[in-house]
Amino acid sequence: MTQKQPRWRGGLLALGCEGSANKLGLGVIHHSPTGEVTILSNVRDTFVSPPGTGFLPKDTAKHHRVHFVPLALRALAEAGAAPSDLACICFTQGPGMGAPLTAVAVAARALALLWDLPLVGVNHCVGHIEMGRAITGAANPVVLYVSGGNSQVIAYAERRYRIFGETLDIAVGNCLDRFARTLEISNDPAPGYNIEQLAKKGGARLLDLPYTVKGMDCSFSGILASADVLAAQMKAARAKGEDTFTEADLCSSLQETVFAMLVEITERAMAHVGSNQVLIVGGVGCNERLQEMMGAMAKERGGSVYATDERFCIDNGIMIAHAGLLAYETGFQTPMEESQCTQRFRTDEVYIKWRD
Amino acid sequence: MAAQLPPTHVAASFPLPHVLAHAAIAPTLLAQGAEGRLYKTNHLHPSRPAALKYRPSKPYRHPILDARLTRARILAEARILYRCRREAVPVPLVFALDEAAGWLLLEWISGDPVRVAINTWLAQKHPTASSRPRAAVAQKVASLGSRISEEQEDDDSTHQQKQQQQGDVPKHQVRENTNQDDKGTTGKWSDEETENGGEARRRIREDAPLKALMRNVGTVVGKLHRAGIVHGDLTTSNMMLRPPPTADSGIETAETATDSGAKASLDGDIVLIDFGLSSQSSSDEDRAVDLYVLERAFGSTHPRAEVLFPEVLEGYRGALPAKQATSVLRKLEDVRMRGRKRSMVG
Repeated sequence: MTQKQPRWRGGLLALGCEGSANKLGLGVIHHSPTGEVTILSNVRDTFVSPPGTGFLPKDTAKHHRVHFVPLALRALAEAGAAPSDLACICFTQGPGMGAPLTAVAVAARALALLWDLPLVGVNHCVGHIEMGRAITGAANPVVLYVSGGNSQVIAYAERRYRIFGETLDIAVGNCLDRFARTLEISNDPAPGYNIEQLAKKGGARLLDLPYTVKGMDCSFSGILASADVLAAQMKAARAKGEDTFTEADLCSSLQETVFAMLVEITERAMAHVGSNQVLIVGGVGCNERLQEMMGAMAKERGGSVYATDERFCIDNGIMIAHAGLLAYETGFQTPMEESQCTQRFRTDEVYIKWRD
Repeated sequence: MAAQLPPTHVAASFPLPHVLAHAAIAPTLLAQGAEGRLYKTNHLHPSRPAALKYRPSKPYRHPILDARLTRARILAEARILYRCRREAVPVPLVFALDEAAGWLLLEWISGDPVRVAINTWLAQKHPTASSRPRAAVAQKVASLGSRISEEQEDDDSTHQQKQQQQGDVPKHQVRENTNQDDKGTTGKWSDEETENGGEARRRIREDAPLKALMRNVGTVVGKLHRAGIVHGDLTTSNMMLRPPPTADSGIETAETATDSGAKASLDGDIVLIDFGLSSQSSSDEDRAVDLYVLERAFGSTHPRAEVLFPEVLEGYRGALPAKQATSVLRKLEDVRMRGRKRSMVG
């Protein structure tokens, strides 16, 4: 396998293209020969749907198609890199929503053909984990990956990111997003962010919601249904002029319940593998209340929590570039004819050749 | 209730639960899991040891939610134990509980976990040269999936069993460059075992006391299911082998006389423990999953005795009404086929 040797200060450059959900992200990363990671650019454009609605695959894919070229040019310009500097084009091969994934995969293939570069298909979840590790310096943490599409507790063993526990139905981010729709909260910048801000005003009362943890797995759909019922009761009571709980109480109760579940399953995984480091990745990982709760748990176990901010927690291109380049450096490439993306692509399907 | 576990070094760093704070005889912390701690205490009476299961409050949880969960879990476990007792399923007695303070005081079960009994038996009766080195590999491979662990590790195989159910590599296609990978967590054993020759396997397969024990395990699990309970975490670590009361002084000394000593070591009653993940259910699906968990745990904990697992299922069949047993065992086939995980939209 011949690897292109770019002139960039030695080491390798890669462009990462992410679009598995409503964020289109592109970024350029540099790996030095000594293993240092430098982020040269990390740009993003989010498709925001009106309050009370979610993002539909068709509209999201259209958004990605429209914005891909300007964003790619911006990513290269900010990095000060030319296409000829790149070693490979990395793109999200899955998991995610079909239409947006396809839109970005088509664009990535076009770039690869245009610039005569190899393609590297990246598992979105592995991208999150590797970026989190690179940013925080956590060596071998238990990973809680929580986003709009995924909720998994992961630990590394034997060249795989093994899934210890996960949601049995919808993802925790999906639960929060859909509840934001119920309350018709703005989706800008993100429904979860707005729930978090509202929740800060509540907390005086904890409303009764189901708590569904089974071993290391959990479930969120029943909680969402119960929260929706409570929201309807609140509106009905308010219409009659009765005194009732508020949106803030609902948001804070929902957060307290689902985050307690996530911390519980994470703690179980940590007790199990004997680790006291925990890394939170994925969009929900930005939530400060979740970070605070996780921190309290980790502290009690004599460990610490690692989290990143919205630049890296929320879907971005740089994580795809980083994970893709790690794979590329071990000789991995995705041939054009195998570059179709897939909605189902589990974290533990990826062979992690770059770790011991 | 893992009576065999050594006191852990973390014992001193935790404050005792209030109920034990003034105990005349100092309690021993046996295990510290994510959920709670297990103490051995003579708090009730110096001659009557008991196990105290304590669920401390979690600082990260909202206090109301924390109290609600602790209460619900203590009560659920106690109710299930009581129900088992009423249906003559061998489980520890509930002596006392305080759901607000988060503890449950249970009968102390003497003896070893079935896991230890089987492994000791195999080591004595069917020694092999190659069993140790592989165990280390097995443990690493197995530290993958998962389950609550309420106990501390004291040998290489305690935990792997708890995980097999969740951590396996999906059966469907693996992408590019995965050729060097282990293809899942089971299957390794049987390949290597054949190298040792069929003779050793045949001897294990015909080991009458071991077979009888396997059958007993199946019978006890069948009784549990008949009582409308599924355990949720069936492993050979969560079953105690309580020596018969008359033999309590004879076991150790009998070891010199090979035959009688060996007989004694698999003798006794099986008692199920650790109902922290149990629930009330009579569905074929839940029962089959319970059996599947045990099967996977058994395979990873006692790979050499795996050939005897069908005995467990025979014992199980005998303990349930024929119709129910047949449909659960048929369901078990399905569960085996799919594993526990399915692929999901990301």
